Amino acid sequence: MNWLHFFRNKQEEAPATAPQAKERLQIVLAHERISRKGEDFLPKLQREIVELVARHVSIDPERVNVSLERGGDLSTLAIAVELPGPEPARRVS
Amino acid sequence: MAQVIVVTSGKGGVGKTTSSAAFATGLAQSGKKTVVIDFDVGLRNLDLIMGVERRVVFDIVNVISGEARLSQALIRDKRVDTLSILPASQTRDKDALTKEGVATVIEELSKDFDYILCDSPAGIEKGALLALYFADQAIVVTNPEVSSVRDSDRILGVLQSKSKRAEEKKDPVKEHLLVTRYDPNRVEKGEMLKLDDIQDILRIPLLGVIPESESVLKASNTGNPVILDEPSPAGQAYKDAVARFLGEDRKMRFTDYEKKGFFSRLFGGRAA
Ligand SMILES: Nc1ncnc2c1ncn2[C@@H]1O[C@H](COP(=O)(O)OP(=O)(O)OP(=O)(O)O)[C@@H](O)[C@H]1O
Ligand SMILES: [Mg+2]
Repeated sequence: MNWLHFFRNKQEEAPATAPQAKERLQIVLAHERISRKGEDFLPKLQREIVELVARHVSIDPERVNVSLERGGDLSTLAIAVELPGPEPARRVS
Repeated sequence: MAQVIVVTSGKGGVGKTTSSAAFATGLAQSGKKTVVIDFDVGLRNLDLIMGVERRVVFDIVNVISGEARLSQALIRDKRVDTLSILPASQTRDKDALTKEGVATVIEELSKDFDYILCDSPAGIEKGALLALYFADQAIVVTNPEVSSVRDSDRILGVLQSKSKRAEEKKDPVKEHLLVTRYDPNRVEKGEMLKLDDIQDILRIPLLGVIPESESVLKASNTGNPVILDEPSPAGQAYKDAVARFLGEDRKMRFTDYEKKGFFSRLFGGRAA
């Protein structure tokens, strides 16, 4: 360890966190500004998807899982609908 | 049966959300199934402090209005698996919360969780009243500063008269004092109210003292509750407070002014 390293140590220990704060804010605010204008579309979207799926197979609305990951350029909305499995095979006694 | 804990203060900006995030994380770390609810409808911030802002899909207002199920609105923490977050709505106002709606949410959460933490908004209006209404215990967050102490006194009065426990004449809400942003250095100089003075005035059991600490800002920048910053004084102070809450006997720390020696000034120069 040389002298320079020794004195720089303090800074390396604590990397600046402000840039992270800025990036997080930019992303979350970009999304909020959009949703401020319109109505909250997610509940409606979910309802319509559930209705659509339910038209074809019977599903339990409890088993619908919606997850979202907001990103800067790209957000992913994942809707997992648990479909009923095939009838359990009957055991032949 | 779950315990409902409100984190409240009357005054704004004293550290309720910081403390709610830290406490919920600490309780969950000790293995308790914990959910933390943001009651600050219209000014949601707990999601940012918990670092889950990008994962919010539904919120408590969606649940109350029947637009989403509770299980869909709860966000599972990725760091501590016994911890969940129920965000506030950012687009509605406080009138979207109703007593009946909140009652249903809390009742349903009671089935799955040991602790339900309610992060109250500032003030003594509807949002704050709803946040404390169902409480079994209250963490009153107070800064060593006249207006904060006065407002804490006011909110204690509200807890004793307007909570469900008070209305139903049950055992009163159990009160805990959490002094935050305490700066022993300024207390020593006589610039800041002493811990003893605050306790003298409010006369409720002291749960902890959280020092003014740089690590709190760092924690909010990165979306990690400060209790996860284990070496930091604020992180340790929150850990102590959680342990006391769970019945452990721990000495108060970070309350006395320590003169910095030459070496600690040179090498440990960070204020916190
Ligand atoms: N121990 C501490 N040391 C330094 N800064 C702190 C500490 N606790 C809280 N803060 C800072 O104080 C400010 C207010 O904190 P916080 O948002 O937790 O308060 P609040 O009571 O929830 O506010 P509001 O009434 O608006 O909901 C934030 O900038 C936070 O970083
Ligand atoms: Mg707050």
